Amino acid sequence: MSADSKFGDYGGQYVPEALMPAIEELTDAYERYVLDNEDGFMDEFRDRLRDFGGRPLPLQRADQLSARYDREVYLKREDLLHGGAHKLNNALGQVLLAKYMGKERIIAETGAGQHGTATAMAAAHLDMPCEIYMGKTDIARQRPNVFRMRTNGAEVTPVTAGRGTLKEAISETMRDWATTVEDTHYVIGSVVGPAPFPAMVRDFQAVISEEAREQIQEKAGRLPDAVLACAGGGSNTMGTFAHFVDDEDVGLYAVEAGGSSLSVDEESGVAPNSASLSTGDEGVLHGARTKILQDADGQIMESHSISAGLDYAGVGPELAHLVDTGRVEAVNVDDDAALEAFHRLSQDEGVIPALETAHAFGYLEKNYSELGDVVVVNVSGRGDKDLETVIEETMERDLSIAPDMSVFREVGGGAL
Amino acid sequence: MSLADAFADGPAFVPYLAAGDPDYESSIEYVEALARGGADVIELGLPFSEPIAEGPTIQEAVVRSLEGGMTPSRFFEFVEELDVDVPLVCMTYYNLIYQYGDEEGPRPFVEKSAEVGIEGFVVPDLPAEESGPLREACDEFGLDLVFIVAPTTKGERLERMREQVSGYVYVQARLGTTGARDDVSDQTDESLARLTDWDVPKAVGFGIKTGEHAERIVSAGADGIIVGSALVDIVAAGHENDEPTGAVADRLEAKARELKQGALRGAGEEARVE
Ligand SMILES: Cc1ncc(COP(=O)(O)O)c(C=O)c1O
Repeated sequence: MSADSKFGDYGGQYVPEALMPAIEELTDAYERYVLDNEDGFMDEFRDRLRDFGGRPLPLQRADQLSARYDREVYLKREDLLHGGAHKLNNALGQVLLAKYMGKERIIAETGAGQHGTATAMAAAHLDMPCEIYMGKTDIARQRPNVFRMRTNGAEVTPVTAGRGTLKEAISETMRDWATTVEDTHYVIGSVVGPAPFPAMVRDFQAVISEEAREQIQEKAGRLPDAVLACAGGGSNTMGTFAHFVDDEDVGLYAVEAGGSSLSVDEESGVAPNSASLSTGDEGVLHGARTKILQDADGQIMESHSISAGLDYAGVGPELAHLVDTGRVEAVNVDDDAALEAFHRLSQDEGVIPALETAHAFGYLEKNYSELGDVVVVNVSGRGDKDLETVIEETMERDLSIAPDMSVFREVGGGAL
Repeated sequence: MSLADAFADGPAFVPYLAAGDPDYESSIEYVEALARGGADVIELGLPFSEPIAEGPTIQEAVVRSLEGGMTPSRFFEFVEELDVDVPLVCMTYYNLIYQYGDEEGPRPFVEKSAEVGIEGFVVPDLPAEESGPLREACDEFGLDLVFIVAPTTKGERLERMREQVSGYVYVQARLGTTGARDDVSDQTDESLARLTDWDVPKAVGFGIKTGEHAERIVSAGADGIIVGSALVDIVAAGHENDEPTGAVADRLEAKARELKQGALRGAGEEARVE
C-alpha cells in the first residue's frame, strides 16, 4: 500500500474486496486527471465551476458582526455557489472525473440532501443517470432538497436501516457500489471513505481556500488570524483550510456539532452529538481509519445534531490527523447555540445560513475574543433547506433572538 | 481439526449464522443443528453495526442479534458453550477486532479467539492491503485468515491474495452483497477457473440457496459451498412466526442436509449423510 493513502495512522482502504479494483482504478484516474491535469481535466473542471457553478465567490466583510465583535470578520460565501452549498465543488469534480473514466452511472449518499442535490445537478449538467440514497429521517427533515433532486432527474432511494441518517445512507450506497462497481462511480460527499476519496475531495474543495487566501490579502492586506468552518465529514473544513495549512500563524478551527450534550449514553448506544473529533476514538468506519463515535466494543453509535449535514459518527481521516498533530483545533457548539447563530446571521447580515454553517458562527459568538483581529468564516451553505426544522426548533425554545413566532402559533401550524 | 483438513474428505458444506440471532439460547441450538445436518466448517457471525457487505437478510439478523445483547465478550462465551466438533470461523468486521481488549490492534482479539477454539477469520472489510497486523496475529496464534476473491479480483491482486490466504479461499460467486438467489451466477465458473492452480480449498459463497445450487457449484470445481442467507431466512421466519426453537432447529438441520447432499452429488459421491 502506498504511503499517501494514509494521513499519519489514519486513512487507508477498509472495503470489501469487490471494490478494491475500482478503488485502484480511481486512484489512477485521480493521479492522472486531477494531480497531473491529463487531457486538460482540471481546466475543464475550473471552466465548469466558473460558468455552471458561478465561481469565483466573494469574500464579504461582515459589517455588523465586525462591529459586534470588534474585529474584522469576513464571510467566504459558498452559499452563493450554484445549488446553495460548497458541495457542488466536489460533486462536479467527481461526476466529471467519472465521465473521463468512462463510467455510465452515478450514485451518491446524502445527509442534509445538499450533497445529493449537488450531485443530481452535476449529473444532469453532464448527462449522467444518477441515484441518491438518503436516510428516512433525513428525507423527513429535508424535503425541499429531496424534491430538488427529483426535479433534476435523480432517483431518491430511502434508507430505512438504523436511525435513517447519513451513516446508514453511506453503508447502503457502498452496497449498491459493490454490485454495480464495473460501470458505476460512487460520488462520496465528504472527505471520508477509502483512499483516494479523502484527498481527492479535499482537492476539489480546496478552491475555497485558494480564493479566500488571495481575497483576504487583497481586502485586509494580510493573512487572517483565524479561519473557521463547520465539520461534519469535514469537506468544507478541509477545503477552507487547505491553502492555509502551511501558514503556521493562521489558527484553523473545525467546529463540530455538540448536539444536546457531549456526554454519551453507552447503554442506548446513542451519542447526543456528532463531535467525533472532540469525543470520538480511533477506529474503522466506511473504508477509513479515523475518529469515530463508538462504544467500548467498537459498535458505531447513532449520532445526533440539529443539522442533518453534521449528523455523522465519523470524520475525515486527514482532519483527524491535523487535530492530533495540533495544526487544527477541534471545537464544538451545541444545538441551541447553532440555532441562535442562525437567527443572528440572518438578522445582522441578511445571510440565512445552513444549520451546519450556523455552528461556525455559534463558535464565533462565544469565543471571538480569542480569535485575533482578522477572522474568516466559511459560509458552507445557505439555509433555505432548513427552514422547516428551524421553525419547529425555534418554537420549542425560548430564544431572545428569534423572530416573533406567534403568527405560527395563532394558525396552529407546525412546519410550513 | 484445521480448516484445510475439513475440506480433505470430499466437498465441504460451510454454513453461516449470525451468533445470537434471534437470541443467545436459540442461536446455540441452531448452530448445533447445522452441525448435525452435516456442516464441515461453521462460519459464525459476530454482528457489527455497519455490515456494509451484507444484504437485507443478514443485516436484519445483525439487528436482532445486537438487540438481543450480543457483544464480542458474549460471542466468545457463545463459542465456548457450543457443543459441536467442526472447526469454527469467526466472520466479523475489522473495527470489532481492532477495538477488543486493552491494547489497540487485532492481537487481543486473536488471542482470545484462539483460547476459545476458533480456527480462523473472514473479515469482509479487510482487503489484503490492510490485513498485515491481523495476518501477523493469526500467525502468532496459529489461526487461518480467509480472504474473499471477488469476480473483479484479477491480475496482480489475485497473486497478492494467493500469497496471503490460508485455510480456504472464499470465492464470491457474484458481485454485490450477501443474499439468497434463485439462480447460480455464471461468474462462478469464471472465478473458479482463475483459481484452478491454487493449493488451498476453494469454497464458493454468495447466493446459494438449494441442494441443486450446491450440486451445480461443486460440479463446476468448487471444494466447498458457503451458505448464509438461505439459513438466516429460516431463523427469521421462525422468529416472525413465533415458532418453537426445536421446530426451527429441525428445519435448519434438514436444510443443511439438503445442501450437503447436493454438494456430494456435485462431486459424484454417494450421499453419506442421513
Ligand atoms: C451547508 C453544509 N455545510 C456543511 C456540511 C457538512 O459537510 P462537510 O463537513 O463535509 O462540509 C453540509 C453537509 O451536508 C452542508 O450541507
